[in-house]
Amino acid sequence: MKAKNQRLTLILLATAAMIGAVLLAMSAMKDEAAYFYSPADLAAARPGPDQALRLGGMVADKSIKRAADGVTITFTVTDGKAQTPVTFTGIAPDLFKENSGVVAEGKLRTDGVFVADNILAKHDERYMPPEMDGKMHKTGKVE
Amino acid sequence: MHAFANPARFLTLARPLTLWFGWIGGVMLVACIIWGAVLGPEDYLQGDTVRIMYIHVPAAWLGMAGWSGIAVASAMQLIWKHPLAGVAARACAVPGAVFAALCLATGSIWGRPAWGTWWEWDGRLTSMLVLFFLYLGYIALSAAEHDGDGADGRMSALFGLVGAVNLPIIHFSVTWWNTLHQGQSISLMGGSKIDASMLWPLLGAALGASLLFGAIVLMRMRAELARTKVEARLRRMAAQ
Repeated sequence: MKAKNQRLTLILLATAAMIGAVLLAMSAMKDEAAYFYSPADLAAARPGPDQALRLGGMVADKSIKRAADGVTITFTVTDGKAQTPVTFTGIAPDLFKENSGVVAEGKLRTDGVFVADNILAKHDERYMPPEMDGKMHKTGKVE
Repeated sequence: MHAFANPARFLTLARPLTLWFGWIGGVMLVACIIWGAVLGPEDYLQGDTVRIMYIHVPAAWLGMAGWSGIAVASAMQLIWKHPLAGVAARACAVPGAVFAALCLATGSIWGRPAWGTWWEWDGRLTSMLVLFFLYLGYIALSAAEHDGDGADGRMSALFGLVGAVNLPIIHFSVTWWNTLHQGQSISLMGGSKIDASMLWPLLGAALGASLLFGAIVLMRMRAELARTKVEARLRRMAAQ
């Protein structure tokens, strides 16, 4: 075998081995590297009341309610499989609304209510002008 | 490719290409950013903050394309010892790093109003930051190696090849893991989830930025070839 072909084989093998190793590492990290739990994950994981975690999903339709004090809101996060009630005191970002993605940081109380101390809005991958809203929503799948 | 192994032959092609790529790319980039970000529609949900996408997305693509260039050129350098491959790989590093930094900065500025945070350690953001650090490492390593006597640039070529494993991680980060960053909007198979009125200026800006990137790489390659020539001439003069 010519030296050139030897180097080619060596580099191809090394690249394949490297990609394989990374894929294995990444699939092993699947849970650890997850940025948030979905309601279904949360139901399966049963974290303790002192464990700080993030909950992500869609804000359920017509679930946002403002408490009498004016700064506390409650809403339900859903992933289509399970639902988690959330309570939050503070200022939510502009894009936080019903039927839209959300990531809440906080702790799961023992009664199953997630107490958030910070709320982030999660944007989806669809981009369109306002007059298109609804037209694409019907075909766009809700994640 | 070995037809261009001769730097003189490469230069006769690179000189006019630099000019063409630079002018067409620059004009196209500016025109498409104005088309999308100034004249284009606002988003149904984000409103005006969507306009930063016309800079953010091309910057992200080119940040990744820059390292793809480094990896391909490094492989050519290691396997076929192509004399211009190392020059090409080094030429990709600085513009790639600038685009990666631009992507991180514009993303952070967008994230504040859209998500409610400047920065979060989610899969996409973290892997993109790692890419930026890889660029810095590559620039430092190749500069150090280049200064040494008798170095063939093999260490930086290996580094460029190994660093490429980060590219699929960046790409699939939003698929593999739950991330704050949205999933991919444009895919070769699945079409686009971006409305056509935003997609065309975005693709135009990406193409313009790519041409500009090509011009910068060619310019930097020419500069390095010229420097090598000067150094060789100085050495000859000193020997006389």
